[in-house]
Amino acid sequence: MAQHATAVEAHRTSTGLSNAKIGVWAFLASECLLFGALISTFLLYRDRTLPGTPTPLKVYDIPYTSVSSFVLLMSSLTMVLALAAIQRGDHAKLRAWLMATALLGMTFIAGQVYEFTRFVQEGLTLKTNLFGSTFFVLTGFHGAHVTIGILMLLSLFGMSLDGRLGTDKAEVVELVGLYWHFVDIVWIVIFTVVYLIPTGGK
Amino acid sequence: MDVGTDLQSREGELPPTQPEAVVEEPELALHPGPREYIRVAVILAIATGFEVGLYYLKIPHTAFVALLLLFAFIKFSLVVLWFMHLRFDSVIFRRLFLIGIVLALTVYLIVLFIFGALKL
Repeated sequence: MAQHATAVEAHRTSTGLSNAKIGVWAFLASECLLFGALISTFLLYRDRTLPGTPTPLKVYDIPYTSVSSFVLLMSSLTMVLALAAIQRGDHAKLRAWLMATALLGMTFIAGQVYEFTRFVQEGLTLKTNLFGSTFFVLTGFHGAHVTIGILMLLSLFGMSLDGRLGTDKAEVVELVGLYWHFVDIVWIVIFTVVYLIPTGGK
Repeated sequence: MDVGTDLQSREGELPPTQPEAVVEEPELALHPGPREYIRVAVILAIATGFEVGLYYLKIPHTAFVALLLLFAFIKFSLVVLWFMHLRFDSVIFRRLFLIGIVLALTVYLIVLFIFGALKL
């Protein structure tokens, strides 16, 4: 009884909303500024290439990046299905969707590693020109965010296996999901602004 | 006498308890179901297909950029409103996130115009 009262008290906040969720949304709002700065810097310097060094048109492989964009986009679907599963109390499906999301995230990261390796082989490094510097910093930061997301997903998967992720902890899955979807929307912007716009059109 | 019996025997003596103040519970957000999520994902996939298709069409650069930005906006909004539940959750979350987006757009568009990366 006392435990229940304490639990109810702990969840009651002055806004009537979860403080953790407000915190995550505030964090994501601040992340908009971080990625805004990185994207703007890329847009400012993408044309600053030295003669004879790789340019976006020369190194980008749009069909390849389109596939990895699609993979990340679909990982948002599996993430939200994981949340729907825990809200229904279906823990087997929760684990399946969490693992699917983590695997799709890993596929995206593996694709990024391959892309970076290919760019380096074609002569584009962090130090080659300002296009290279801003491109690697922007996409590298995004990749680091995806990697952190994968670690969080695998932690949730482990917690679920241990029986430490009950239906009452659905909010934890929702918060990790918010972060994961944010990483996805950042890539939606990067794919358009960094990959498609500079090299496409007449 | 154990505590339970003691409490039962004294129940009649106790003054009627005041009804607890009604605490307004947060509105339980009704999130969509898996079928709706899949429908949104299909739209996202189609939009991505259109984006990539546009890339190979030889259309004027201004129209190309405008269409790509439109598709990106649609995809961004679908993920934020459905998958992140901003359409269904409290307005406070929406405002918090909008503050970040509007601030970032304002600051960095000004920077891009000042440094000549964008022109009116």
